Amino acid sequence: MLTYLAAEAAETTEHNPIIPAWEEIVVGSIAFAVLCFVLMKFVFPQMEKTFRARVDAIEGGIKRAEAAQAEANELLEQYRAQLAEARTEAARIRDEARADAEGIRQDVLAKAREESDRIIAAGNEQLAAQRESIVRELRAEVGTLAVDLAGKIVGEALADEARTRGTVERFIADLDAAGTAGGR
Amino acid sequence: MVIAQSVVLAAEFPPSVEDFYLPSILPWGVHDNYWFTKITFLVWVAVAAIIIFFLVAYRKPELVPTKKQWIAESIYGFVRNNIAVDMIGPQGVRFAPYLTTLFMFILLNNFFGIVPFVQLSPNSHIAFPAILAVISYVMFIYVGVRKHGFFKYLKHALIPPAPVFILPLLIPIEFFSNFLVRPFSLAVRLFANMFAGHILLLVFTLGGFAMISANPLLAPVSVLSWVLSVALTFLEFLVICLQAYVFTVLTASYVQGALADEH
Repeated sequence: MLTYLAAEAAETTEHNPIIPAWEEIVVGSIAFAVLCFVLMKFVFPQMEKTFRARVDAIEGGIKRAEAAQAEANELLEQYRAQLAEARTEAARIRDEARADAEGIRQDVLAKAREESDRIIAAGNEQLAAQRESIVRELRAEVGTLAVDLAGKIVGEALADEARTRGTVERFIADLDAAGTAGGR
Repeated sequence: MVIAQSVVLAAEFPPSVEDFYLPSILPWGVHDNYWFTKITFLVWVAVAAIIIFFLVAYRKPELVPTKKQWIAESIYGFVRNNIAVDMIGPQGVRFAPYLTTLFMFILLNNFFGIVPFVQLSPNSHIAFPAILAVISYVMFIYVGVRKHGFFKYLKHALIPPAPVFILPLLIPIEFFSNFLVRPFSLAVRLFANMFAGHILLLVFTLGGFAMISANPLLAPVSVLSWVLSVALTFLEFLVICLQAYVFTVLTASYVQGALADEH
């Protein structure tokens, strides 16, 4: 029993667990340094990068979608505005066209009326002139014919030329009066 | 005969500190040679495993992660968001890579404590927790000095906003707690947890053998002991995760304290 205790005492004093072995400190330091070097240089910065890329991807996606939505809304507004503008424009053009057409119609009508008036006036004038010339010709011709006829019927020249002329004039005036009354 | 048997048993039970100091692998079987032992081998295995896993998982990072990539990102995201950013604030992101490395290193090394047939955590040798604690210690002081300048940082770290007459008492306490105790508490907490965990498992496992070989009538107790060692392994799993988390959180908290503008 005593030897056992002595042996135990000897054993416990051989190694003190609270005092580190310097060889283990060296080995542990190198091992941990290697681990730190590899992980902190090649792995964790990569991970941070990936995290950031992931955040970017998600936020970027949301942002892009928002931008696209905004753009679509803007376009829609723009189209609506353009459509409204086009509608008012069309209405204006229609109104103008209607006004124009009315004006043109009025113009044409006025011109036509003028033209017809002019044509009627010209016709009247021509008629009047023709009638005048015909009357004039007839007057001369009727006088001669009447005198010739009267000379043939009477068989002798009328001595009193003055009286003859008076008779013819009266006759023509009668004819005139009759022709005017008959023509109307 | 009985004496010889008890001597043999005494050699393996109760477990002692010597159970943590195994003979070296290269050169084979030599004692007190620490360059290449089960412990250092496990450290290299842990480092290699972490590096390979992360490099393979993150060989071709994609926006829509594969399963491996997702696991790697989840580990980093956990430390980054739940430790670094939560403790330190937005500027904690720049400490996230180191904190994740630290977390993974401690977690995997701790985990060897319950892996069947391995069942020895390198962190039960104080050398490894000590290295990590020293790094944390240097880091938070460096960060504080760089942010505030040397004397302003000392003032910031040592002089709490308290009435003047109590400062002679507070300043030594602050110095003691901030600059002397911190690295030790960090290292010893992790080391002691892993050390005690290993001892506990040894006690229950070897204890079962000790009892059944001492007296066959104790067989049911031995079985109970082994069942308990399985249960304790699950408890160890909890401790493993918790200690890795605590170490990382405390490091982050020290950095946060050094970076804080005012008390």
